Amino acid sequence: MSASMSRVDDQPLLVVSDLQVEFRTSDGVAKVLNGVSYHVDAGETMAVLGESGSGKSVTAQTIMGILDTPPAHVTGGSVRFHGEDLLTVSPERRREVRGSGIAMIFQDALSALNPVFTIGFQIAEQLRLRQGMTRREARRRTIELLDLVRIPHAARRVDEYPHEFSGGMRQRAMIAMSLALDPEVLIADEPTTALDVTVQAQIMDLLKEIQDERQMGLILITHDLGVVAEVADRIAVMYAGRIVEEADARSLYRRPAHPYTEALLDSIPRLDLKGQQLRTIRGTPPSLLNVPPGCPFHPRCPRAAEPCRTTLPTRVALGVGRASACHFAEEVVSRG
Amino acid sequence: MGRYVLRRLLQFIPVFLGTTFLIYTMVWAVPGDPFAGKCGERPCPDAFVTVMTERFNLNDPLLVQYVKYLGQLLQGNFGETFSGVPVGQLIVDAYPTTVKLAVVALVIEAVIGISAGLLTGLRGRGFLDNLVLVSTLFLIAIPTFVTGYVLQILLGLRWGIIDPTVSSEAAWGELLVPGFVLGSLSMAYVARLTRTSIAENLRADYVRTAVAKGLPPRRVVGIHLLRNSVIPVITFMGTDLGALMGGAIVTEGVFNIRGIGGLLFRSILTKEGVTVTGVVTLLVIVYLLMNLLVDVLYAVLDPRIRYD
Ligand SMILES: Nc1ncnc2c1ncn2[C@@H]1O[C@H](COP(=O)(O)OP(=O)(O)OP(=O)(O)O)[C@@H](O)[C@H]1O
Ligand code: SF4
Ligand SMILES: [Mg+2]
Repeated sequence: MSASMSRVDDQPLLVVSDLQVEFRTSDGVAKVLNGVSYHVDAGETMAVLGESGSGKSVTAQTIMGILDTPPAHVTGGSVRFHGEDLLTVSPERRREVRGSGIAMIFQDALSALNPVFTIGFQIAEQLRLRQGMTRREARRRTIELLDLVRIPHAARRVDEYPHEFSGGMRQRAMIAMSLALDPEVLIADEPTTALDVTVQAQIMDLLKEIQDERQMGLILITHDLGVVAEVADRIAVMYAGRIVEEADARSLYRRPAHPYTEALLDSIPRLDLKGQQLRTIRGTPPSLLNVPPGCPFHPRCPRAAEPCRTTLPTRVALGVGRASACHFAEEVVSRG
Repeated sequence: MGRYVLRRLLQFIPVFLGTTFLIYTMVWAVPGDPFAGKCGERPCPDAFVTVMTERFNLNDPLLVQYVKYLGQLLQGNFGETFSGVPVGQLIVDAYPTTVKLAVVALVIEAVIGISAGLLTGLRGRGFLDNLVLVSTLFLIAIPTFVTGYVLQILLGLRWGIIDPTVSSEAAWGELLVPGFVLGSLSMAYVARLTRTSIAENLRADYVRTAVAKGLPPRRVVGIHLLRNSVIPVITFMGTDLGALMGGAIVTEGVFNIRGIGGLLFRSILTKEGVTVTGVVTLLVIVYLLMNLLVDVLYAVLDPRIRYD
């Protein structure tokens, strides 16, 4: 509609560049994002990988404009949606984009849904307020949406409260809610982490199917490498508030170009190594209040050498759509 | 829910019997002559004593007296005072005023308390927050009769904005200032409770979801945030209403309001046993009903609460 008409055509749908976010707390200033850049196009799945605390959710919240400010402050960068920088538009415009331009699915559907309103109310209110539907129309559409995400007996369950749904059903309802306004980009922040394994697979399949159908751009935040391998087109690996490697899924799995990615891949349990101890990455992520100089990964990096301790590696391009922020990127990628 | 309410209502029966018996015993079994002081300085004439002893079954054992009283009570007959005025009539005259005053106090509590709590809860630390904290501290610290007299003197006598006392009609407008005085303490608690509750829920995930859905801020706060934050506040106010319905001896006294608090107070002083028993019984029932109402309200407000 109006958004897509004003679209600058050779631009990807959503481009995040050089995002800088800091949290100002009584303990000091934590630099949580230190120049995050990634993009997603229509119909594409971009997976964001990284250990806990690397800034995946904060990036998503910055894109949505739902950071807690204070303590969070965006100190630089841009979030371009159809070429328009969402960080500089009016609050009203920003609100327009939420839900209908970019929507988000949260990890814990139980706490993300309002406990005192029915599922139906929470979906229908968007339709009523944002699309001017009557109560009736909105209810009908809500039931359709619940059907779409395969909630059985949708016409009855629409009047139930979140606590009356099982975990998997709640996450489906959350997905239905995010789809209500036909978003072009969907951000799914660990949509399956809180669920058990069989349900996880069902939810991922559902998401994937809906995305294909609607040609949405999907930003999938996860630390599950198994999920990523199956669904992602491209992968961005985050470490200490930076994207340290970006590549198409296949290349990244075959020949990682960053020692951190290598370490992550090594940590997946593999069928052929069944029974062996799962390798974990040694050491812990750096404190964001005090990021080490040079490459932030160097205290944990098996390849660390002299320049790593003093000089921050820049992103180097390695062929089309591949980049790595490591002094020895070429070496890492060629050794495989 | 229906079964729960029914069960609770059934529980009223033993509580009702227990309290009425207790009150009856306390009022009538106290040692001493029940007619002392009833006939001025002199002892009561024998004829009077005989009639009264007959009317109040004073020669029966206490338990029989009580059962006879209860039988009358269950037929809606509250009995008569020594001077022959039906206690039911006294209650009908006094209670509407008390209920009106309680409602005024409750509305003031809710409107001012919740607004102040909402504003400060949303804004966080700052001038307004300090202002509310200090003023609520004042209200909590100052006894009601001081607030009452000060407002009466300033608004009523010094500036002539209100009548210093409430007329026997007790119109709504007249009850505004007394209602404020009566509700001020709870208003302070409501403000603080709301503030804490709002501040707590402000960072809740579901509030963030509401923002992410692109809802206008007014709706995020007014519907999603407030609806959750107000649950403990409403529970508090419900309990408070139970107390307000019991009459307010001090406030009624200061503003000369003819409510149930004053009636009870005077009846205790003049040893009007029948009135005391009747009024207290009524108040016990009202209090029980209010408590039940609060519990039901709680389940209505928070769908996660299930009693069955
Ligand atoms: N409200 C907040 N106040 C202070 N620090 C915060 C806040 N929210 C996030 N942070 C910090 O920002 C950093 C990044 O957090 P973020 O939630 O983005 O991590 P994540 O990559 O999503 O991790 P996870 O996989 O555990 O979800 C963390 O170090 C966290 O401590
Ligand atoms: S720059 Fe050095 S420390 Fe950083 S990842 Fe590359 S090799 Fe390791
Ligand atoms: Mg996260």
